[in-house]
Amino acid sequence: MTNLASKAAVKNDLVRLTLAEAKEGLRQKEFSSVELTQAYLESIRQNASLNAYILETPELALEMAQESDNRLAKGDARPLEGLPLGIKDLFCTENIQTTAGSHILEGYKPPYESTVSGNLKKAGAVFLGKTNMDEFAMGSANITSYFGNVVNPWKRADGKDLTPGGSSGGSAAAVAGGLALAATASDTGGSIRQPAAFSGVVGLLPTYGRCSRWGMVAFASSLDQAGPLTRDVRDSALMLEIMAGHDPKDATSAPVEVPNFQKLIEQGVKGLRVGIPKEYRLDGMAEDIVTLWEKGAQWLKEAGAEIVEISLPHTKYSLPTYYVLAPAEASSNLARYDGVRYGLRVPGKSLDELYENTRSQGFGDEVQRRILIGTYVLSAGYYDAYYLKAQKIRKLIAQDFKIAFQKVDIILTPTTPSAAFALDEKPTDPVVMYLNDVLTVPVNLAGLPGISIPAGLSREGLPLGLQLIGPAFEEGLLFRAGCVLEQAANFKPFLER
Amino acid sequence: MSLDRETVKRIATLARLKLSDERVVPMQQDLNRILHFIDQLNEVDTSSVEKMESTKRVSMPLRQDIVNDGNCVDKILVNAPEVACNMFVVPKVVE
Repeated sequence: MTNLASKAAVKNDLVRLTLAEAKEGLRQKEFSSVELTQAYLESIRQNASLNAYILETPELALEMAQESDNRLAKGDARPLEGLPLGIKDLFCTENIQTTAGSHILEGYKPPYESTVSGNLKKAGAVFLGKTNMDEFAMGSANITSYFGNVVNPWKRADGKDLTPGGSSGGSAAAVAGGLALAATASDTGGSIRQPAAFSGVVGLLPTYGRCSRWGMVAFASSLDQAGPLTRDVRDSALMLEIMAGHDPKDATSAPVEVPNFQKLIEQGVKGLRVGIPKEYRLDGMAEDIVTLWEKGAQWLKEAGAEIVEISLPHTKYSLPTYYVLAPAEASSNLARYDGVRYGLRVPGKSLDELYENTRSQGFGDEVQRRILIGTYVLSAGYYDAYYLKAQKIRKLIAQDFKIAFQKVDIILTPTTPSAAFALDEKPTDPVVMYLNDVLTVPVNLAGLPGISIPAGLSREGLPLGLQLIGPAFEEGLLFRAGCVLEQAANFKPFLER
Repeated sequence: MSLDRETVKRIATLARLKLSDERVVPMQQDLNRILHFIDQLNEVDTSSVEKMESTKRVSMPLRQDIVNDGNCVDKILVNAPEVACNMFVVPKVVE
């Protein structure tokens, strides 16, 4: 932050600042929120080919920025005053189109604001627009969006367009590429952490219940959780403090205090016990990922942590469990899209035909696959064999973590089994695509917090992430260890290359 | 466990999705791949395990049973594809 003035001297450099640096720059009056916002809007225009936004809201952004500048001038700044953010298109924003990446919600303008985006608004943030995502957050490559795929700002030597990951691919590409200072995202099975790893940014899945789900387009309600994508760990803490908090409108929102996370982040890891789960070392895992994982453990050890091998024996059943429970919940949640009250309507002669026409044309293939799987596992005669069975195995997976956290304070794993893949290399078998989330899904099933920290490069020069998993409501531990990894890795983000 | 074509069609009807004939077979293949993957769960003995419905740790908070919202017909109808007399319009369901 010391060389901020010189750093921001060139207007283009405004898009390289962290949230905390930009906040300080605004406080010091080195630039205004309107200037900062304009720099981002310009960057969004220049990088339109990334397709990171479904909807840009430049007029609204400048209006909000002007209001922030007025407040800053009066010395009346709120915690995120004048800071331009991207909002994942699954958070309902009042009178602003919210589609969740689906044709079925094209044109839908919610008459209300989600709690999380409302919290950010109340804290003074500027909204640049709605970021692209996999349809209804179902995907790991941002290729199921009705509004087209997102392109990762990172390139491999062969120059092919890469996926930024998914489902929060638009948010991740925006933060990595300088199209937003930070962004909101959501994670049901890895949708924050996997794109963070693929795009070289920090992605936090908070504890289930830490952030309100009210006004988030629902995918799988027992797993969905909002979190931030940011350029560093400090920004992640800053965003979480604002996004989090108990909300009476969401019965699963936890009535617990939100700590001052920013104060915690530099407390280090001295004396912490870090678990290395042996089951996360997958057969055929890329050598560069195994090496980075070992390096990460070494960095934490050098900072005073104790490394302990642990076992999470039911890890291999996490993905199949997830692919029963998440589609089951989705098939039920998505029943609301019927062409009657909002969204797309495709006419039919009868009401049933109207439903079928609307849903078959409004939902994409992956969403329809998951609705069908969900409908099947919940149908009479199969409920016990699939749904109940998966709920029981979920219990075993959660117990694995419970037992592990008696021995260790925090767990370290890779975030993904590979680096970002090219868009033309996407697997055609849905199950192969699902394997992207093999290291992140268990955390959602157990309702725990996890963070992905960009920690190194693959052989092909693409970002790789390390994941930290903590006990419930211990995001502070994730920030502390994340900060140590961040400093040791000294990872050079896309914008610095 | 494998799904035959008739079952795929039946599930689609339950889910109010229209599967045209040329989509049934590819969908059947995809669904069977997914179900085959899910079948791994049968390896686990769960006879003495309790089911887990959610990860909620804190008991459900209670609030006063009072009306604190409402009188917003316009907001409710604003996104409707077809409205008449403050109501959603659908094709005739009763002859």
